[in-house]
Amino acid sequence: MSEFKLNRRRFVAGSAIAAGGLILGVYPSERAAATTPDAPQGLQPNAWLKITPDDQVIFQLDKTEMGQGVSTSLPTIIAEELEIDPRRIVVQAALVDKTFQDPIQITGGSASVNARWDVLRKTGAQAREMLVAAAAARWGVKPEQCRAENGRVVRVGTDQSFSYGDLANDAAKVPVPKEPRLKDPSQFEYIGKPLRRFDAVDKSTGSAKFGIDVDMPELAVAVLVRNPYFGGSLESFDVAAAKGSPGVVDVFEVNGNVAVVADTYWHALKAAKLVDVKWNKGPLAGLDSSQIRAKWVELAKTEDGRSVRDDGDVAHAVKTAASVQEAVYEIPYLAHATMEPQNTTAVVRADGTCEIWSPQQGPDVTQALVAHALGISRDKVVVQTMLMGGGFGRRGIPDFAPEAALVARRAKRPVKVIWTREDDMRHDFYRPATYNVMRAALNEKGEAQSWSHKIVAPSMFRGLLPMFGQIAPQWLPDWLVQGATSVAGTFIKTRDQSTTEGAADEPYAIPNVEVAHVFYDPGVPLGFWRSVGHSQNAFVVESFIDELAHAAGVDPYQYRRRLLAGHPRHLAVLDLAAEKAQWGHRPGTFQGIAVHESFGSVVAEVAEVTVKDNVIKVDRVVCAVDCGIVVNPDQIAAQVESAVVFGLTAALKGRITIKDGAVEQSNFHDYPLLRMNETPAIEVYAVPSAAHPSGIGEPGTPPIAPAVANAVFVATGQRLRSLPLTLGV
Amino acid sequence: MVQFQLNGNAVSADVEDDTPLLWVLRDSLKMTGTKFGCGMGLCGACTVHLAGVPVRACQTPLGTVAGKSVTTIEGIRVDGALHPVQEAWIEYNVPQCGYCQSGQIMAAVALLAHNPTPTDDDIEAAMSGNLCRCGTYNRIRKAIRRAVELSAPDQTGVKQFDPNALLVGDAS
Repeated sequence: MSEFKLNRRRFVAGSAIAAGGLILGVYPSERAAATTPDAPQGLQPNAWLKITPDDQVIFQLDKTEMGQGVSTSLPTIIAEELEIDPRRIVVQAALVDKTFQDPIQITGGSASVNARWDVLRKTGAQAREMLVAAAAARWGVKPEQCRAENGRVVRVGTDQSFSYGDLANDAAKVPVPKEPRLKDPSQFEYIGKPLRRFDAVDKSTGSAKFGIDVDMPELAVAVLVRNPYFGGSLESFDVAAAKGSPGVVDVFEVNGNVAVVADTYWHALKAAKLVDVKWNKGPLAGLDSSQIRAKWVELAKTEDGRSVRDDGDVAHAVKTAASVQEAVYEIPYLAHATMEPQNTTAVVRADGTCEIWSPQQGPDVTQALVAHALGISRDKVVVQTMLMGGGFGRRGIPDFAPEAALVARRAKRPVKVIWTREDDMRHDFYRPATYNVMRAALNEKGEAQSWSHKIVAPSMFRGLLPMFGQIAPQWLPDWLVQGATSVAGTFIKTRDQSTTEGAADEPYAIPNVEVAHVFYDPGVPLGFWRSVGHSQNAFVVESFIDELAHAAGVDPYQYRRRLLAGHPRHLAVLDLAAEKAQWGHRPGTFQGIAVHESFGSVVAEVAEVTVKDNVIKVDRVVCAVDCGIVVNPDQIAAQVESAVVFGLTAALKGRITIKDGAVEQSNFHDYPLLRMNETPAIEVYAVPSAAHPSGIGEPGTPPIAPAVANAVFVATGQRLRSLPLTLGV
Repeated sequence: MVQFQLNGNAVSADVEDDTPLLWVLRDSLKMTGTKFGCGMGLCGACTVHLAGVPVRACQTPLGTVAGKSVTTIEGIRVDGALHPVQEAWIEYNVPQCGYCQSGQIMAAVALLAHNPTPTDDDIEAAMSGNLCRCGTYNRIRKAIRRAVELSAPDQTGVKQFDPNALLVGDAS
């Protein structure tokens, strides 16, 4: 056995779930009923897998299911090597566990299949070999005379067999093999096939339980009246009217906001509108988007910034150029706008322990933030991960969880805090806004001799430092954490790759390249937004390279091909996308192309647009991806379709603006999302690959905005250099 | 005390008449399949049927529901079996995060109830009020066309839906 200790609550066994399925965020009542005190342990090669004597195969889902399909793809990987139908596997949302921390237990960076591919294959193979060894011992034969298939170990050449459950306790005594034999990919039975999502039935019948659906005895619901001004504070508040409103339990201050606790959401919301509150505007008072832009323009002129790439001699190339091409690209702040508003249910018990039910992307981050807020040790906080209505990076910063814990402690009962849509829109951690100055030196033939990219932008990680201080290992003394985060502030400001990823590593074969970051942080909270820095830098790089192609009079697809000769994966997706889109052979259509590498995968996209009355309509998008070995082709397609629609909302609609230190937008009328009637046909093709799987949740997003902008240029002759893409301004 | 029919059963709710049906369903009646998305009737996550017509439950005060018939995602099974729209949703792997899908399905069920053979334009017109941040719109389109097939009586050549099938038929 590994150092992992069985926590009975961790593996919920019970007949109700014997058929396989998805168990997320187990409620206390169900957990108590489902746990059998004397249940034998069965076979448990590590923290991910347990096979019980009553033949349940239980998988701990340490990555959170937020729609990207990990509750299907990860058990499929383990089932493949275990030789069992993946539908037999019971999937449970994992609690916080050291095994799952690499180095923190978070779901992001399109890393779930990538990070778990090796260990889950190995785990399945280890369990299989242990089960085979146990069966061989029972029969008194060699393991070679036994074969695992479809959840049983069969004695070859006979009709004798044992179920995995029959063998589980014996197999547990077999030493865990260090290097079990893995299947040859040609033998894969489930990997590479379009498996139906395990959560499709629950999510098509209304029975899937999301964070917002948590219920329990004595549960109250809270709505917070929030300070709209970033960094502002509460000056005064009068709760008399709110306290007299129907159903209200209590009204009090939490984190500089006013919490209204009631018996139902509607009662809490109605009472919240009766709270008479005065805010201090804080350090960003008076800040408007126009001022941020003015500062960008000024700094871009006066500052060289920190060099993050400096190849060759750009200054010489510019001096000796036949012509110089320059352009400025602007990127706005964006909100995540997950369909399920942020929420968390918390209970703080009389014994000082706390339990959290939360739709979040980082269970241990949640645990640490809650423990810090309550001033208790982390081992007193149990975090149940619920299904979540979208993540996209927002729920990797679970500020909603410690807030709920504080409300629940004060209310002395279980409380579910539900954010309004307006709360969600105005208190997000936003995709950074940036200003980009591009310059290229061209020779007489129009060939690019240099590439310069100056990014005026904040540093996302610097803004998150106070949170990192709270989630630092608990054994670190406070003075060290504070000192380290202070030093780290300077360090991160100068090293934060999230600002320059996708720009510093632009792949084109241009002899002289300089990329620099001019730091400017107006103080708007920043966070991880699907594909992070790639989401803005791909737009800049892939638009400007298109400008250079047109300046050289070369077809933009062929132009990219010439400058990517040393990048076979880029070439392969470019060629596949161009072929499937019939690039250049679709008379009457206007096509744009873009290619971008992120999270280990390379994606090329061809967009076809029509423009009428200055309205851009995207008709068709053809995507080619190289994401290594494909675990579930239908889910690869689903993730890329999703990433394209997500990116189209940003390309055509998304913009968060600041006025007087607060966000102006509030709901879907002023922060619209793409709708069905605006959604193009989307085709997704994967390049065959035998390489280790790489990311797929995010890499489809970066290329879509430039592909559309490049198509709009072909259609109209107008080069749109600001997002969202807007004609006629 | 307001009485109405919910999924064929008489129910009553003892809350103020201005309470949106959404919160009566979720908080009073513990029917959580209907989701809260925006509170302004902008996203469609809370779509239910009121007397057979799709409405936004977040914009439907309880008082206006008195004596009427309400259907939610929990009430669209046909003789205990999944509704053809649900079958098609599962077959095409429509849900990702799944949060908006109750509303999407209720909009689609209402569409097919009134228009059993919708054109692509009909589908867009009926469905474009429902937001999906995961961007499952194209699968929704396909699934509605598939539900039309599954609903057609005795139509030959339509493959039978098997909710337990491991593989989806069409990965494209």
